[in-house]
Amino acid sequence: MSVDLPPHRAGVRGGDPGLQALYQEVVLDHNRHPRNCRAIEGGRQAEEYNAICGDRVTVYARIEEGVIRDVSFLASGCAIVNASASLMTETVAGLATADARALADRFHRMIAAAPGAPIEDLGTLTALAGVRMFPIRIRCATLSWEALRAALAGSPE
Amino acid sequence: MDSLLTLDVTAVRGDFPMLQCRIHGKPLVYLDNAATTQKPRMVIDRVARYYAEENANIHRGVHTLSARATGAYESARETVRRFLNAAAPTEIIFVRGATEAINLVAQTYGRMHVGPGDEIVISEMEHHSNIVPWQILCEEKGARLQVLPITETGELQMDGFEQLLSDRTRIVAVTHVSNALGTMNPVAEIARRAHARGIPVLVDGAQAVAHMAVNVQALDCDFYVFSGHKVFGPTGIGVLYGRERLLEAMPPYQGGGDMISSVTFERTRYNVLPYKFEAGTPHVAGALGLAAAIDYLTALGLDRVSAHEHELLVYGTDVLSQVPGLRFTGTARDKVGILAFLLDGVHPHDAGTVLDRAGVAIRAGHHCCQPLMARLGVPATARASLALYNTREEIDALAGALQGVRELFA
Repeated sequence: MSVDLPPHRAGVRGGDPGLQALYQEVVLDHNRHPRNCRAIEGGRQAEEYNAICGDRVTVYARIEEGVIRDVSFLASGCAIVNASASLMTETVAGLATADARALADRFHRMIAAAPGAPIEDLGTLTALAGVRMFPIRIRCATLSWEALRAALAGSPE
Repeated sequence: MDSLLTLDVTAVRGDFPMLQCRIHGKPLVYLDNAATTQKPRMVIDRVARYYAEENANIHRGVHTLSARATGAYESARETVRRFLNAAAPTEIIFVRGATEAINLVAQTYGRMHVGPGDEIVISEMEHHSNIVPWQILCEEKGARLQVLPITETGELQMDGFEQLLSDRTRIVAVTHVSNALGTMNPVAEIARRAHARGIPVLVDGAQAVAHMAVNVQALDCDFYVFSGHKVFGPTGIGVLYGRERLLEAMPPYQGGGDMISSVTFERTRYNVLPYKFEAGTPHVAGALGLAAAIDYLTALGLDRVSAHEHELLVYGTDVLSQVPGLRFTGTARDKVGILAFLLDGVHPHDAGTVLDRAGVAIRAGHHCCQPLMARLGVPATARASLALYNTREEIDALAGALQGVRELFA
């Protein structure tokens, strides 16, 4: 199923569809108030670093019987890094690790698609679809998903 | 101000085709000059004319075109010599850029003089290009980097400079102007104090030459490097100035054509300066383009350029300091036109993206100065860097767009 990008309030982005698509309300909100922004002791963790811009995300996950019971992150980066990590933790909590990996693939495809391509409906994650119009910001959106993948990799607990 | 002393910025802007372009439908406000400068028509035309009318290899053929290209290339060297006030054209080596020039010195002078336990002094505000070549050398030789710290305002802590020098110090390598902070360093003073201990000094002039008159004999430095593209010239061409006595004693950097006087399988004799350091066919078009850029800049007058940019820096500092939540990084007393800053609650990359949509080009990131960013305790900064063609109206456009950034992320 494909969706349109949601409408936006006026303001700075008014008249600039690019900025409207990139900085959706949901994205700005998750940047201002990131969810699950904490460390988890004793679980798995993995860090991803973007050497080009210095952005850094650590994802923490507690996995029981192949299911992500708790997931969180700490980040130093731009609004897209923060919002994407926050949205990611909300989305994958409670998923089986295999489903989380599959979702990571779908998210990556949605973000890296050509600007005019149909947008797959990935729920709240769809708010990040506008990143595809800013190729140099794609890695900002995928950094936390790469960290999640790395945290999920390796032997099950 | 007397018009004889004032830069005619409107006329200057007309010389730069790129400044006429629009970005996202808005007039380009180009404030990323520390990354690279735009090129005046004279430079673009000079490069084109070489390829269209003069192209030939140099120092080789007996034919007319080769002689003409050789003459033009050597005349470009003389233009650079005059620009830096070097004592002789043999002290001017054409390289790819400042990075290659520093690597050249590290791999020739450095390998010859640096041994186990020796020390190389750099500063905390160096660009990666004046850190990594020395680290590679240190690793190879078992030598150590000593780092001169900076103050809170972004100036070198000169009080501690002497203590950093030791009997093991083999070279001091320091930037003339910080690309991330704008700080102008007292390089003549550094050279004086280092020379008192018999230590040579390399100055990275990449961020200086487009903004101030440089006189290597007055600075009394031993090596001075810069990149053509940061001084309105082409990419891929740069300059190493070296004191003749030092260059003479240094081994070649790369082997090949042009840098030899005779080759047999038993033995090769190296060419004289400066050719010993210019192996292979050089970037002739680049050298000619660089000379055209220098001619352009010197015709405008570097004093006039400095005065214009200083006036803009003062204006920009004032205007930007009125943006709520904006904090400058780099408030040295002596600065070139670099306005680096942080905005409360806004990551520099987001600021950069929103500014770009308003046609305002700035740099956001670590500016190839990760150790400096670590010292400042920030992952990145936003940086507006000025050049001779920038205007007060462009500063106003930046400030206006920054208000928009604040609204978006408030």
